[in-house]
Amino acid sequence: MSDTIFEDMTCPLPITTHPKVLMAHGGGGRLMNQLIDAMFRTLFTEVQPHDGAVLEFPQNKLVMTTDSFVIRPLFFPGGDIGMMAVNGTVNDLAMCGAKPLYLSVAFILEEGLEMATLWRVIQSMRQAADAVGVQIVTGDTKVVERGHGDGIYINTTGIGVLQCKQAINPSQVQLSDVVLISGDIGRHGMAVLMQRENLAFSSQIESDCAALTEPVMALLEAGIEVHCLRDATRGGLAAVLNEVAIASGFQIDCIESSIPIDSAVQSICELLGFDPLHIANEGRFVCFVAAKDALRALEILLRYDQCAAQIGTVTNGRPGLVSLQTAFGGGRILDMPSGELLPRIC
Amino acid sequence: MCLAVPGEILRIEGATPLEKMAQVKFGVIEKSICLAFLPQAKVGDYVLVHAGIAISIVQQDEAQRIFTYLDEIGESNP
Amino acid sequence: MKFVDEFRDAQAVRKYTEAIHNLITQSWTIMEICGGQTHSIVRFGILDLLPSCINLVHGPGCPVCVTPLETIDKALAIAAKPNVIFCSFGDMLRVPGSYSDLQSIRAAGGDVRIVYSPLDCLSIAEKNPEREVVFFAIGFETTAPGNAMLVKRAEQLGLRNLFVLVSHVLVPPAIGAILSSPQNKVQAFLAAGHVCTIMGMQEYDDLAKKYQVPIVVTGFEPLDILQGLYMCIKQLEQGSAHAENQYTRSVLEQGNHPAQQIIAEVFQVLPRKWRGIGEIPQSGWGVREKYQAFDAEYHFRLEAIQVNEPSQCISGQVLRGLKKPYECAAFGAQCTPDHPLGATMVSSEGACTAYYKYRRE
Repeated sequence: MSDTIFEDMTCPLPITTHPKVLMAHGGGGRLMNQLIDAMFRTLFTEVQPHDGAVLEFPQNKLVMTTDSFVIRPLFFPGGDIGMMAVNGTVNDLAMCGAKPLYLSVAFILEEGLEMATLWRVIQSMRQAADAVGVQIVTGDTKVVERGHGDGIYINTTGIGVLQCKQAINPSQVQLSDVVLISGDIGRHGMAVLMQRENLAFSSQIESDCAALTEPVMALLEAGIEVHCLRDATRGGLAAVLNEVAIASGFQIDCIESSIPIDSAVQSICELLGFDPLHIANEGRFVCFVAAKDALRALEILLRYDQCAAQIGTVTNGRPGLVSLQTAFGGGRILDMPSGELLPRIC
Repeated sequence: MCLAVPGEILRIEGATPLEKMAQVKFGVIEKSICLAFLPQAKVGDYVLVHAGIAISIVQQDEAQRIFTYLDEIGESNP
Repeated sequence: MKFVDEFRDAQAVRKYTEAIHNLITQSWTIMEICGGQTHSIVRFGILDLLPSCINLVHGPGCPVCVTPLETIDKALAIAAKPNVIFCSFGDMLRVPGSYSDLQSIRAAGGDVRIVYSPLDCLSIAEKNPEREVVFFAIGFETTAPGNAMLVKRAEQLGLRNLFVLVSHVLVPPAIGAILSSPQNKVQAFLAAGHVCTIMGMQEYDDLAKKYQVPIVVTGFEPLDILQGLYMCIKQLEQGSAHAENQYTRSVLEQGNHPAQQIIAEVFQVLPRKWRGIGEIPQSGWGVREKYQAFDAEYHFRLEAIQVNEPSQCISGQVLRGLKKPYECAAFGAQCTPDHPLGATMVSSEGACTAYYKYRRE
């Protein structure tokens, strides 16, 4: 991601007057209005001036979703909290088969946050929104005392339009469905962790943070019988497969060697003792498609990412179980990850 | 215990034996590693690294033994 | 990755497992000492490949599991102090003490930091001269040279704000304790290749001779473990009992001398309590008086701590190979990786975690 957008536009709020966010910026008075006008409205040009936004919708069914972003650090190789806040919600809409139309954005700012930092985040959100064609139409700002936030928390709520007749969710998954992944896994979580914990390695791993609308729409437009879509965020591929297995009541059998993992991610995972299957992604999704459409679906995904792959099938074994066939033909159960990802020496 | 990963020594530096460090390449990534316990290690050697410390030089001819041993077993049990 | 991928070759794995099937004629109980071996066996599904008459038992080779409860509680007390920066390997963060764990201390505002290497603490101490930087120095012999190096470098740099909370444990006394127990069922050992990389083979030659058991020192890749098992079973079938080195690409007969020297200079042998097992004489290392200034126990003058281990936990018996995890009443019920009751469910290498995550039997 280039930094040219940041070089072109300098921070609108005079740095000498208010270089940092103050409690008063959340107080509803003159300072807050100055913050909104100078910082948010400059780039979020579609934001309507009232308490709410009046919107136009086509005839189709609507999809609504919400998500909050509390990541630390705010900036990491390949992305930042702003980009995630837009793409994360856009992706949740895509996982339902919806094209994104509108976003609301709510900021919780920590007293003392540098205005220049806030400006970078706003610019990043603008860029991400433009890339996928979604409008930010309304928002809110609050300021909390120093020490009560990690700089910035963002909530985005998204509304999109359903692009398909069939329902897309875990209960639609059927026996013999094929499981596909849209690209290689493990980048986002590793990029963030290495930045946060100051792990100095030469090779920079970049987050895969990206909008997934295009490949999903391509699948739907091609008439692929898509039963379920899930983006593999917190908890990684392991969490998604387990959640779908449990919700659908089927067993999912995967082949370990078919799961695409970048070699730098693999090397760092070996070194630190992580399992790449537990690591968060921000631009990868799993899709469950009818077996008859599997090859066509894979061809479509490969157009967007050459690492896309078929990784497994839905079978009739133990409901809720995810099994992984190792390279030697032996098996292991791929369990739900327990929570925080921790490196190990043992 | 004791997760140790093999990597290739690209560069060695350090004024004293206690401060000897190596730039080691693991697959496609590189990291600075303490080399103080392997005074005889040189650039191009592979070393096993545990928690940022190089603990042994990989004996490359011995690494083949696992496969030659297998051949020996195969020959005695056709 | 070189020297990793070759040892995961599927064809060679198949050939070794066939060879083991052809060789074995009766049941044998073999203990793999090291948590890293357990992890590998479970991760690569090796148990599925072996003949069912091999009873592979997971031993106490997980320093996270065996760190005594008192030490965890001391760590928590230190980490909670406002001026302390508490540094630890990631493995230790979720280990439960009597009342809390490091992760919770961090959530409550304690400055707890994960480090990849003990030497990372040097720059933390240099950058924060007014704070007390404490490193949680746990581990077996493999980790000791790095911890000793930390103390020596701190001395060399003149750092007055760096301390180590040491809880090192030694493998040979543990093997001795297991074999001396009247309830022992273990007939042979797979010993830890990285421990022996540091310490050499001598102690294992002595153990094999004294207790008349085969001991094979192995590496951690699937082929290492399978070749090690083959060598072990061969000895058992032939009735021989000596120490053998499978991991010759890393383990030398004499071990790593510079590492042994720095350990001897900074540490001294002590009795140590092993969580779930109890005290084993001469089974640990602590900081020598000469380096007292860097010893966290000395610096923080911690009071003796009353500890509280849940009664249902049978990790001691699991660690000694007397019981399997699923034979515990609490296994998978009150005791899971998310809320572990004891040592062996805590660490990712613990036998109970391994069984819970990968087999659920």
